Amino acid sequence: MDMAIAPPDLEPASTRPGLFRTRLLPYALVIPSVAVIGGILAFPLGMLIWLSLQHYGLRELIQHQGDWVGLGNYGAILVDPLFHQVIVRTLLFTFACVALTVVLSTLVALLLQRVSRVVRVIVMSSLVFVWATPVIVSVDIWQWMFDYEFGIINYLLTQLHVGNFIHHNWFDNPLQGWSVLVVVVVWGAIPFVTITVFAGLLQVPSDLVDAAQVDGAGPWQSFRYVTAPMLKPIFLIVICLSTIWDFGVFNQPYVLLNQRPSADYYTIAIYSYRESFGVTQYGLGASIAVLMVIVLVIVTLFYVRETLKVAEIQ
Amino acid sequence: MIAREAAQGVRAGRVRAATRTAAAATRSWRRVRQLAYDVTGLAVAVVMLFPIYWMVATAFKPGVDILRLEPKWFPNPITFQNFQDAIERPFFLDDVRNSLVIVGVMLVLALLIAFLAAVATARFGFKGRNAYLVMIIGVQMVPLNALIIPLYLMLDRVGQTDALAGVIAVYLAVVLPFMVWTLRGFVANIPAELEESAMIDGCTRVGAFFRITFPLVGPGLVATAIFGFIQAWNEYIVAYVLLSSPNNQTLTVWLASFTTNHGPQWGPLMAAATLTGLPVVAFFLVLQRYLAGGLTAGAVKG
Repeated sequence: MDMAIAPPDLEPASTRPGLFRTRLLPYALVIPSVAVIGGILAFPLGMLIWLSLQHYGLRELIQHQGDWVGLGNYGAILVDPLFHQVIVRTLLFTFACVALTVVLSTLVALLLQRVSRVVRVIVMSSLVFVWATPVIVSVDIWQWMFDYEFGIINYLLTQLHVGNFIHHNWFDNPLQGWSVLVVVVVWGAIPFVTITVFAGLLQVPSDLVDAAQVDGAGPWQSFRYVTAPMLKPIFLIVICLSTIWDFGVFNQPYVLLNQRPSADYYTIAIYSYRESFGVTQYGLGASIAVLMVIVLVIVTLFYVRETLKVAEIQ
Repeated sequence: MIAREAAQGVRAGRVRAATRTAAAATRSWRRVRQLAYDVTGLAVAVVMLFPIYWMVATAFKPGVDILRLEPKWFPNPITFQNFQDAIERPFFLDDVRNSLVIVGVMLVLALLIAFLAAVATARFGFKGRNAYLVMIIGVQMVPLNALIIPLYLMLDRVGQTDALAGVIAVYLAVVLPFMVWTLRGFVANIPAELEESAMIDGCTRVGAFFRITFPLVGPGLVATAIFGFIQAWNEYIVAYVLLSSPNNQTLTVWLASFTTNHGPQWGPLMAAATLTGLPVVAFFLVLQRYLAGGLTAGAVKG
């Protein structure tokens, strides 16, 4: 309900006469954050672009002086078949993770509305536990659970007669390996999205849903035409953030494959990291990172525009 | 408001009429449905929690019980040997200390800076406010991974690689945008009229702010602190790239490098993972009731 209330803007503060101090005050208040964000994020972003236009290897690192190559790095990367493979793979992975995360989380959030109080507390606590688990910890857990020899997953699948999974190595076949990675990422992403969507659901007035049902709407229709539109700002933010996080995924494949992933398990972030720190081609690595940001901007542009639109209306 | 009350009245009437006609049949059908929902809910909780349970259970099992083709569902007998092995591994205590220092210093600075900015954007209209807010949202779009190379080179030039200060600075910048955005929602939620009436009663502007708004923003500060804590405690790649010497690393880097040349030793690894996750879970559980509201305050308030 309070979604519609505009945040109070104390315009008078700045228009009150003679209060020079008050007029400068807001600037003084934002300056520290601008300095930190600008210095630590904006400046490196500029440097990233500059770096991507240089040949910058180990020798150049020691001399603090790169060789200008213009768009040479980009030319080299764009014809690299591995780059195409990696970017398509990362996009598919991102899509699978975001779609699964949002659908499953919404289902759980809707379920949370309908369960009894005790069950809700139990489910919420389990989500909070998973949410608080560090990614590196969860990667270690899943690595253990998917262990080819003593992993519980292989044991359970064999016991349930899904097939013979004894001594089955999930990472021999990249498709299976990536499925495992999707499970790891989605499992870790569900709590944040579920709790956010659930908090949003609480703000949908139940009168509206009841009214729709009195008018003959089924559960799907009342979700599709009443609940979902009201949750639009929340869905936008959640999808946008998930896309950014999943597209830049690094830790899960990198650590799950013992910090030595084969090219089959490169995401765009790992590829960029490898080019920079593995073979010390910082210029090439930087150009991959720039391309990564560009792809991400294109993919998320729609969500960002819609989010800003929603924010402006309020 | 009147229309809403009228609607509720009509609704109540309808409900009453409905109960009178088909009470018994609906009630038993409802009970079955409720049971189905509850069972599904419990199944969700089990699936989500099982990996964490399995970590803790493994951590308490002796080696022979871990490496079994037919797993033991419960640790019996229980042993603390794995925890001892994990703690005795080199650099554990150093890295615990590093993690605490990094997260602690970063959080204090971040809360202070973010709070100032949140007040500025929620309480004042000023030129450049919208540009500032767009920057706050936009910066969150930049994946940190893309900035690793220039961050490394930049900090290398000022001699802050392999130093905690460099990592603190990076974490601060990463956490700030979200914190400003969320805190802004909290500050905006507190009616400015409260402050104004305190000023009429003789408070100064600053006094009114610290007596009225600041205490009310408490839950918001807690919620954003949780967020910052989790982000920084769990971060891996920045710490991995920037901190090279083992006694300077953080707990996540220590954990990721746990695997020996002979493959992972699952018992000590799971014990170490439990120890790494413990502070976050504790911090989170103590303060989590502030969190759900906090997120939406930032998300919905716009």
